[in-house]
Amino acid sequence: MTEVHIEVSGLTMAYDDFIIQQNLNFKIHKGDIFIVMGGNGCGKSTLLRHLLGLKKPLAGDIYYQQQNLWQVSAKKRNAIMRANGVMYQSGALWSSLTLAENIALPLEEYTDLSADEIKGLAYLKLALVGLVGFEEYYPAEISGGMKKRAGLARALSLDPDILFFDEPSAGLDPVSAKLLDDLIISIQASLGTTIVVVTHDLPSLFAIGTDAIFLDSLSKTLIAQGAPNDLLHDCPHPVVQQFLSRGQS
Amino acid sequence: MKKCVLKLSIAEQHVGTAIIGGDWVIGNRVPMFAVLQRQLQAQSCRKLSLQGVGLGRWDSRLVLFLYDLETYCTAQNIDLDMTAMPVAAQGLLKQASAFPVRESGQKTPVSISWLARLGEHSLSVIRQTKSVATFVGNICLSIMRLLRGKACFRQRDLWLVMQDCGPRALPIVTLISLLVGLILAFVGAVQLKIFGAQIYVANLVGLGMVREMGAMMTAIIMAGRTGAAFASQLGSMQVNEEIDALKTLGISALDFLVLPRLLALVLMLPLLCLYADFIGIIGGLLVAVTMLDISFMEYVVQTQSALALHDLWAGLFKSSVFGVLVAVSGCMQGMQCGRSSSSVGDAATSAVVAGIVSIVVADAILTVIYQLVGV
Repeated sequence: MTEVHIEVSGLTMAYDDFIIQQNLNFKIHKGDIFIVMGGNGCGKSTLLRHLLGLKKPLAGDIYYQQQNLWQVSAKKRNAIMRANGVMYQSGALWSSLTLAENIALPLEEYTDLSADEIKGLAYLKLALVGLVGFEEYYPAEISGGMKKRAGLARALSLDPDILFFDEPSAGLDPVSAKLLDDLIISIQASLGTTIVVVTHDLPSLFAIGTDAIFLDSLSKTLIAQGAPNDLLHDCPHPVVQQFLSRGQS
Repeated sequence: MKKCVLKLSIAEQHVGTAIIGGDWVIGNRVPMFAVLQRQLQAQSCRKLSLQGVGLGRWDSRLVLFLYDLETYCTAQNIDLDMTAMPVAAQGLLKQASAFPVRESGQKTPVSISWLARLGEHSLSVIRQTKSVATFVGNICLSIMRLLRGKACFRQRDLWLVMQDCGPRALPIVTLISLLVGLILAFVGAVQLKIFGAQIYVANLVGLGMVREMGAMMTAIIMAGRTGAAFASQLGSMQVNEEIDALKTLGISALDFLVLPRLLALVLMLPLLCLYADFIGIIGGLLVAVTMLDISFMEYVVQTQSALALHDLWAGLFKSSVFGVLVAVSGCMQGMQCGRSSSSVGDAATSAVVAGIVSIVVADAILTVIYQLVGV
């Protein structure tokens, strides 16, 4: 078994008094493409915000390589968080910056590279996601699919150990969604990055997922864990079956 | 961190071997590609193979180097052998060159002469004037529809906007007009005391507030507060495609969104102005009673004698004109906002600037007209 990258134990998430999910326990191994799935409103995106350290859990712990995210110093937590790359649902590109500047910003903040090197790296990251020639465009000037890819390029800018994706295929046509899936797989294969994907897009999660958890909004906890294809065949839970077979069973 | 190593050795017949070693990571001193490029040019190398002897950790920094090298070698027709490089790095390189360069995507910076820039600028001024005229014209049509009872908007919206730009603005209007009244009284008192005519502070404050400052100050407050809010509300609706959604349903965005805001401001601003006049006079009264030894009744009687009803109407008419200007500039900037979040900020800024400038210009014009008409 490969090394555990993130461990979640007894995690309970809530907005004020309203509990979203409780007692979540799971491990994400290094190099996994880990899928967080579940119906609308089950708390997938909330879990993502917790894993990213944007929200403090009501109870339970999150460990990054044995370091408890909420028991280390704020400085240390920042360092842990900086090793995460995130691709947000709508790209979340800064609209007043060009694509190249969007990718260069984290490099300017956290490295002492020269302006030329930063520019070179920004262009390389854009080339990786197929946006050669769009470096000087503003986010408002490109399509939704391109914004997502540019968001991915920005997530890659600091060579993260873990990449988080929030609904990567939402709003994409099937061909673009497939391209993005291929991109995720090839980035994982080339860099060995651990990848966490929040999605409910079936073709995509079967194509890329090596491990997965299923969050249920009724019982407010995780009800299944395993590779998506195994879950489809072996998981006895009717909710999971219904989800994975698109309501057919 | 191990030092980065890059050694180029050229054997006979222009065949080169480059040894890459050390930690090629961001944060380490990595050799410049330009150095290698110069060496390759000098030796007119035709074939190059890379050896990863002692290559430690690596990240995008190495990939960038290889990417530059690969691009250069392809351009110069140099046979490049990278099989000794880490497989993952090769995979990334393949990924980076997998997508074709879209010629249509290239943005080429063009230098523009000053004459062309001047022309551009003049054209954009004409365009802007046209768009202002169109917007104002559309609003007139929309008001005509309202008068015929055909404009469609929700009454609730009108009440909400009225509440927002009326009662909720009271605290700040109170503060500002009280202070303006105080300031007018102070400025007047210093000069009038020389002639022993302190009592005329009441005239100065009364006329100043009622004819000018009441209307002007409330309008400027509303331009900063409500005009900017209108621009950013409508602007973010534009970004979220909410305005498109209205249009596709055949609902006029002007009737539905702009009209209630315009009406609310035109109705509320004179009321706020009236309130500001009153508070400003109280400000003057405070100064007069506490510092100029004028009694409360004296001040009130003097103010009454100084003010005629037409002064009040003159001020209130001004403030309803200002209401139109603030609402139109706020709504126009919002409706013409671009599709990005930064353009919402720009819209709010221009709404405030346009609002204040138009208020001051309109005030000057109205004052001249009042003088000519003798109001």
